[in-house]
Amino acid sequence: MTEQTLAPRSPDVAPGDGGSDGPAPRPTVPPRPESHARRFSPGWIAKLILVGLVDALGVYGIIAAAGVESWWIVAFLVAALAVVNWAYFSRRAVPAKYLVPGLLFLLVYQLFVMAYTGYIAFTNYGDGHNSTKSDAISAIETQNQERLPDSPAFPVAVVTRGDELGFAVVQDGKAEVGTADDPLAPVDGATVQAGKVTAVPGWTVLSFADIAGRAEAVTALAVPVSDDAGDGTLRTQNGSVAYVFSPVMQYDAKTDTFTNTKTGVTYTPSDHGNFVSAKGEKLEPGWRVTVGWENFTTMFTDSRLSGIFLKVTLWTFAFAFLSVATTFFLGLFLALVFNDPRVRGRKIYRSLLILPYAFPGFLAALVWSGMLNSKFGFVNQVLLGGANIDWLGDPWLAKLSVLGVNLWLGFPYMFLICTGALQSIPGDVMESARMDGAGAWRAFRSITLPLLMVSVAPLLISSFAFNFNNFTLIYLLTGGGPDFVGAPVPVGSTDILISMVYSVAFGTGSNDYGLASAVSILIFIVVGVISWIGFRRTRTLEEL
Amino acid sequence: MRRSIFSATAVALGAALALTACSSGDSGSGDKPSTPSAAATTDAPKLTGTLTIWTDETRIDVFKKLGQEYQQQSGVKVSVVQKASADIRADFVKQEPTGQGPDIIIGAHDWTGQLVTNGTVQPIELGDKASEFSPVTVSAFTYDGQVYGVPYAIENIALVRNNKLADSTPDSLDALIAQGKQIEAKDSKVKYPFVVQQGKDGDPYHLYPLQTSFGAPVFKQNDDGSYTDTIAMGGDNGHKFAEYLAKLGKAGVLDTAIDSQKATDAFSKGQTPYIITGPWNTPAFKKAGLDITVLPVPSAGGEKSNPFVGVQGAFISAKAQNPIVANDFVTNFLGSEAVQTELYTAGQRMPALTAAADKVDDPIIKGFTAAAGTTPMPSIPAMDSVWAFWGTTEAQIISGSAKNPDSAWDTMIKNIQAAIDKSKG
Repeated sequence: MTEQTLAPRSPDVAPGDGGSDGPAPRPTVPPRPESHARRFSPGWIAKLILVGLVDALGVYGIIAAAGVESWWIVAFLVAALAVVNWAYFSRRAVPAKYLVPGLLFLLVYQLFVMAYTGYIAFTNYGDGHNSTKSDAISAIETQNQERLPDSPAFPVAVVTRGDELGFAVVQDGKAEVGTADDPLAPVDGATVQAGKVTAVPGWTVLSFADIAGRAEAVTALAVPVSDDAGDGTLRTQNGSVAYVFSPVMQYDAKTDTFTNTKTGVTYTPSDHGNFVSAKGEKLEPGWRVTVGWENFTTMFTDSRLSGIFLKVTLWTFAFAFLSVATTFFLGLFLALVFNDPRVRGRKIYRSLLILPYAFPGFLAALVWSGMLNSKFGFVNQVLLGGANIDWLGDPWLAKLSVLGVNLWLGFPYMFLICTGALQSIPGDVMESARMDGAGAWRAFRSITLPLLMVSVAPLLISSFAFNFNNFTLIYLLTGGGPDFVGAPVPVGSTDILISMVYSVAFGTGSNDYGLASAVSILIFIVVGVISWIGFRRTRTLEEL
Repeated sequence: MRRSIFSATAVALGAALALTACSSGDSGSGDKPSTPSAAATTDAPKLTGTLTIWTDETRIDVFKKLGQEYQQQSGVKVSVVQKASADIRADFVKQEPTGQGPDIIIGAHDWTGQLVTNGTVQPIELGDKASEFSPVTVSAFTYDGQVYGVPYAIENIALVRNNKLADSTPDSLDALIAQGKQIEAKDSKVKYPFVVQQGKDGDPYHLYPLQTSFGAPVFKQNDDGSYTDTIAMGGDNGHKFAEYLAKLGKAGVLDTAIDSQKATDAFSKGQTPYIITGPWNTPAFKKAGLDITVLPVPSAGGEKSNPFVGVQGAFISAKAQNPIVANDFVTNFLGSEAVQTELYTAGQRMPALTAAADKVDDPIIKGFTAAAGTTPMPSIPAMDSVWAFWGTTEAQIISGSAKNPDSAWDTMIKNIQAAIDKSKG
């Protein structure tokens, strides 16, 4: 490459093809390019090493993912590695050499996240629907093993014979052995020490280490106490003590139902991922199923939410719009003032004005929340001489406080971009306006503002989108409060859509990922449409 | 030439990042050392595998030590993993179904409901051992008739008195407030007759002793101490409590501007003779040089005042890799007197095991235990629906933004009931 800049470009050298990359192809007779592998140039070796490193990492990832049986990740890694190796060793894939890293990032960080959110939005994933159906069945089974009232605790020995696993206990002074298929029955010749069987002829007594090694089989083993199933089964949780349990909920794999052995009620799986009785009683836990558009419509159809949803939506638009408008006009005003060469010490003022921008937003929100405390806050105590104004507790004052704090946080940004844009407006335009007899206001309205908007308008739109989802500020400053008095969901006057979703889906301690995903997609669509319209409108500005 | 080196580097970086993203996103395998057990000190055969315990930053040190002790004792390799206290429960619920979660998670009893309804923990049959723990600690971990955790420590709030400002305490809250006002009038440094932390979202936890003294517990309790989801704080007793809140709010005794920091600050600086708070704050009070006594909260409504009791303990994952060892660890090791005493020394909370608790002679810890009743904080999922409404309503009654305390209380009950019905589907 460097040669090209030093020497005048020869018409024979194709642009972009470095001299050392091979003989310059001539347009008339392109010679067959030499294979990379024939030239062991330092660059090629470096490439080999780097791609080798990537491959090593990839193979490690494949082994690790296969170890935990994450087959989708294995498949993705195999495909990604194949693409990477092809792109960097094939001579034809020149554009791919540039695009592959970016595309892989895009796939992992953008497309995958979006697709996964989209998928969750159609499920009922959340508390009570946390895992698969088979997990739910085994959880219901283990949670509903009832220890028979007043049944004794048996010091138990876990014994084995071939593949068979059994329990040996002492009952009424006699050693008894049973397995999953054969109920407890007395055995002869067993050794008993301190109420515990230590040796049984024909059986091997397992040590604690052996039991721990076969933990799954041991904890799953249920030895019937007698031929009558109603007498319950012997089970152990720690390999040393067993209790008589009887299952309250019995699962029948054939009919896919649970039956309560005490009441006889049967529970059948519902399409919402729960075993439900005819009376509508649900068994917990349920499992994750897809529920269609339900999560998307909840906000509009749930009577507890729909009324508040409208209020919150209106406030969200008002908040986002007013935040942009106030910060922009204050920033613009200050930028105009400090752009005037007659102002002295402009640099100092400008640096000071940018300070709030240098503060981390979440820190500033917390500090402001303390300063606005009605009784001890700096604002009331010092600035207003001991006034008792409930800045964050009154619905309208809280809205005002949120806007005020956001103004403080946001105007430096607007000030910066306006200053930059103002300085890029050529002086001769202003001069000619003045020569045409335009006053200051007229020049501002007809020249400065339109020229400014060309570069600033897209930033205003992105600022609107940012404030539309400004969760940090709301959550840390007011927590959405003050809550609506008597509202059926814990949502307040300053809650915006995204913080309302948080309150409804997570705020009460239980989690509803499905609903949260669905509503964030709705919000994304709203913001996306507004931004799209906005950007279309700014195109007309450019034509001025 | 440069181009190819550059892009290869970019790819290397890119792939490395992508890999990290995949592996951490999916399995959280970074938490689990993959090295096989090498440190088994005994020659027990075939004891392989690792017992993984999750705990938060507040008790990681003591559990690291206990893990080593258990490893020496049993030969099982123990890996104690630190999780942020804000995330540990949610992480567990998310990771448990993948089989990548821990065998044991150390936490608070009020997680029980959520963990059980997600099917993430398994019942623990304590057998005769159950009687060795103080009853409220076992009932705290009881859900639907089954015990899901082994308790090791107990904590609750109580009335803390600054002995320099008051040397005796009346047995009704009204008398206490009157006494506090007298002290306030005499001593110019004293600014509040007594403080209870509130904050703009309210704090029903710290007001619960007052509420129970009106005979308005949040839910009905079963015989075994576990809770049903029948709301019991409505009706006349609830109204009396709501009116009492409004009265204290109007008089300025309760104030939503006083949050936890302001309240403890006021007490530390000697600005109030009394505070209702928990054992987590007493070390700071002692450090500030205060001479304090811990007492039961005087009754406001005539009945005994019961604060919520919080219990710490260990749960076993439903997908524990080593259920037998995990069970042995939580029942036999964690439930032993020596270990409970060790946990007490490290955490300064009353042990759940009676034998260990009897040996505690710290008057402050004993004072808190004397103030505890038999009402564990409910862990049933319905409680999730309660907290937010409860705090907001109390804050609105105290601040006066809810004009009529009775109807505000009724609306709250109605909303809680609707939320419970909704979550039941």
